[in-house]
Amino acid sequence: MNIINLENISRVYQVGSEEVHALDDVSLKIDRNEYVAIMGPSGSGKSTLMNLLGCLDTPTSGKYELKGTDVSDMSDNELAEVRNREIGFVFQTFNLLPRATSFHNVELPLIYAGVSAAERREKAEQALASVGLKERMLHKPNELSGGQRQRVAVARALVVGPSIILADEPTGNLDSKTGEDIMALFHEIYSKGNTIILVTHEEYIANHAKRVIRLLDGRIESDKPVANRTIPNRGS
Amino acid sequence: MRHHLFEWKEGLLISLAAIRANKARSILTMLGIVIGICSVALMATAINGIDKAFVNGISALGANNLYIDKWAWFTDDDFFLMRNRKNVTLDQYERFAKLAKLPLAMAPTILTMHKVLRGENYIEGTLMTGTTDGYVRTTNFNFARGRFFSALESSGARNVAVLGSEVAVHLFEKQDPLSQEVKIDGIPFRVVGVLEKQGSNMLGNFNPDNQVYIPIGTVFKYFRRNRDTVTIVVRARSTELTEATKEEAIGMMRRVRGLLYDEKDDFSVNTQEGLTTEYNKVVGVIKLVGLFITGLSLLVGAIGIMNIMFVSVKERTKEIGIRKAIGAKRRTIMGQFLTEAAVICLMGGLVGLLLAVALSMVINKFLPTSVQMNTIVLAISISLLTGIVSGLAPAWTAAKMDPVEALRYE
Ligand SMILES: Nc1ncnc2c1ncn2[C@@H]1O[C@H](COP(=O)(O)OP(=O)(O)OP(=O)(O)O)[C@@H](O)[C@H]1O
Ligand SMILES: [Mg+2]
Repeated sequence: MNIINLENISRVYQVGSEEVHALDDVSLKIDRNEYVAIMGPSGSGKSTLMNLLGCLDTPTSGKYELKGTDVSDMSDNELAEVRNREIGFVFQTFNLLPRATSFHNVELPLIYAGVSAAERREKAEQALASVGLKERMLHKPNELSGGQRQRVAVARALVVGPSIILADEPTGNLDSKTGEDIMALFHEIYSKGNTIILVTHEEYIANHAKRVIRLLDGRIESDKPVANRTIPNRGS
Repeated sequence: MRHHLFEWKEGLLISLAAIRANKARSILTMLGIVIGICSVALMATAINGIDKAFVNGISALGANNLYIDKWAWFTDDDFFLMRNRKNVTLDQYERFAKLAKLPLAMAPTILTMHKVLRGENYIEGTLMTGTTDGYVRTTNFNFARGRFFSALESSGARNVAVLGSEVAVHLFEKQDPLSQEVKIDGIPFRVVGVLEKQGSNMLGNFNPDNQVYIPIGTVFKYFRRNRDTVTIVVRARSTELTEATKEEAIGMMRRVRGLLYDEKDDFSVNTQEGLTTEYNKVVGVIKLVGLFITGLSLLVGAIGIMNIMFVSVKERTKEIGIRKAIGAKRRTIMGQFLTEAAVICLMGGLVGLLLAVALSMVINKFLPTSVQMNTIVLAISISLLTGIVSGLAPAWTAAKMDPVEALRYE
């Protein structure tokens, strides 16, 4: 079954009297446990697509089915619930709460899901352990390195057990070595059966995925499996 | 339900953290609420105090008393019409006293003002009540020394006097006034009794503490003409019997004054109810104005809170975006900011209340009062309400933010 099914999705921004077609009639299906990279030049609509897939935004026209449910016309609150349960976000700029500890950052989605304190503690610890940061639980973001911050963000994305992990340039703010570490982490998550969609500008990052979708001017230019895959080597 | 509790607890922790992170700003904002709540609480306390003093004063006058008088105390009737009424004379009182059966006690009274002197000490214009021995039973007087004047002293128009506590202290300082001599307008009087303090400043000169009581015959002997009008004080046996006693008094008074059945009363039966009504009319306006003015200072505080909450929402746009992305609903965000505003106001309210309690101890020196439980409850509710009301608009702004734009905000 397709976990994601986009049919003729358009997203139009009104800027003054001009219409910007950030996405123009995009149709796309993604299966459970796929690993997809989205590429394309700046302004081609990658982030717009990610925002729609992540239910942060709604399309101007077209239909979006997530796990068989139409989410295109859901209310703000319904979308919040879908994001909470089904989507795990990883952002380029980490987007952690600066005043909260790693533990609290990871625990937060569980609070919004109404999970009890004991269960929250267990799940958040487990998620932090799975990204190798159990020891940094009580550190605040400004006490962590960029790579560590991104790992906390990954732990936060994983903690509710979502259907999809969405990552918009997750390595964009990291050096290539640290970026490789994060990609290895994604590979691990993928091999446990998760669905991952990531946006990147870098071919070598895209090569970690199994399928590459290229956008140009809000349209899908190509959609191909990755041919010359380099085997990701787990960097330390 | 569990959702709400966790979210609310999270909201509470966030607001405490936010307040701590911006200490100076939060404290300055709180100051507005501190001042607002403090002045509202003090105003409520002062009003309580005035009311209490009034009630005390009224009950010092005697609770179930009627006052038969030529004049209506509280009326819109024409003053000149009343001026043409015949005086209520001592003669009429004596005939009335024989006819009225319901009263517990009654006495004629007449007021005059004179200089009272004892040695070096004197008081100008002391209010004197000339009355009979029966008067004491229309009051709740207790005696510090001695007694009220007797029937014999009253009917004999002797030169005897009962002093209010303040008068006694002023004239005699630490000495015992009993059986001593005072001079009223130069005429010697013997002190037969001193009242205990009645404890109400409300009535001013009418406060028994500031008065001297002498036999009514003596007043007519030295100070007044025999035909001058008197006020008859009538005490009913109980509150329930007040109305019946009043009816009887009107009937008997009409007989005494020889009124025909179709003539209107040419006298008035006054009650403290009239006093209470009048009091509420005047003080009610003062209360409203006072609360309105203090309310304004609270409004200024509330505007301060609203302003700072808008700033806080703006500053935390990114945080709002993050929270929304991981599943916070509008309600959650709204609750978070409302909680923050309410916490600031509640803290300010509590400090304001403490300040009010401290200040009321100072006020207590002038007006017997203290911060009442209902004032405390009122102040806390008002500060909570202020927080919620002034947080509403900023919280709503935060709640309806678009997550994509909020995340993009730097
Ligand atoms: N809020 C907005 N208002 C108006 N136009 C917008 C808005 N967001 C995006 N756009 C426009 O939509 C188009 C696609 O933007 P998008 O952010 O999706 O590009 P992108 O592929 O993510 O680019 P980059 O690689 O630089 O991140 C661009 O032309 C952009 O200017
Ligand atoms: Mg982008």
